[in-house]
Amino acid sequence: MSAAPDASCATHVDILLVEDNHSDADLTMRALARGGVGASIRWVQDGVEALDFVNGTGEFAGRDSSELPKLVLLDLKMPRLDGFDVLRAMKANERTRPIPVIVMTSSNQRRDVAECYRIGANGYVTKPIDVAKLSSMIVRVANYWLKFNQMPK
Amino acid sequence: MNDHDEVDILLVEDDPIDAEMTIQALRRANLANRLYWVRDGVEGLDFIYCRGTFAGRDPLHTTKVVLLDLKMPRLGGLGFLQAIKTDPGTQKIPIVVMTSSNQDRDIAESYRLGANGFVTKPVSFDEFNAAIRNIGTYWLVLNEAPAP
Repeated sequence: MSAAPDASCATHVDILLVEDNHSDADLTMRALARGGVGASIRWVQDGVEALDFVNGTGEFAGRDSSELPKLVLLDLKMPRLDGFDVLRAMKANERTRPIPVIVMTSSNQRRDVAECYRIGANGYVTKPIDVAKLSSMIVRVANYWLKFNQMPK
Repeated sequence: MNDHDEVDILLVEDDPIDAEMTIQALRRANLANRLYWVRDGVEGLDFIYCRGTFAGRDPLHTTKVVLLDLKMPRLGGLGFLQAIKTDPGTQKIPIVVMTSSNQDRDIAESYRLGANGFVTKPVSFDEFNAAIRNIGTYWLVLNEAPAP
């Protein structure tokens, strides 16, 4: 899977993974593939790319932005534009507001958790340090949101 | 300690059969130890705001998730959702709409009012149990709930 934005690639994306750390992103994508989640994943590396993706702007100009991801897995600390700003922007926009955004981060600071819910995060999961536990958690989180949760049509 | 102290799951559901099935499914998954059931949106708000019957409840213990039916007497799910999600003091409480309706209008309106999730209850018994078990596991075990 390439990290380079490519507006010409298939527009259908199940999971938009927003993560600046390459090894974390790699681990997440491997876990989803191995766990049989059967979802198409698009990885973007910061908040600017994430908003460009859902809005079909910037590097993703020309992408059919009516094709919204079914789930966004969002890191908090990222360069250029962080997870809080992405969340605020997505939830302030009527078109992107219904997309479930799950904050997935190594911080479980009370302030971060509360702030994320306040600005509209649908869920918040703390990444375990142990790689096996992290892989299993990622699969369970994706399965819950993709298989049981219902999105507006 | 009352049974409405330290509640992790608040179930807001007017139909006693649906409520009982939900509680049984959660119990089988060992997830119903700290569940409290209220029968409509008015009781739900009384619980959240520690008033009425719940005047003695500790407001510092916030529930990890509210499982919310839509069609209820007195105050329905959408009214409850709106009240909780427009109050800065309570808007961070995760609320999952859990209903037998999968009408587009209900789904869209629930998200517009700030629902954290929306699950349509399957009709088949096995699928219903699996769905409830997954909802309970996600919100109680995997998800980080906001502290008070």
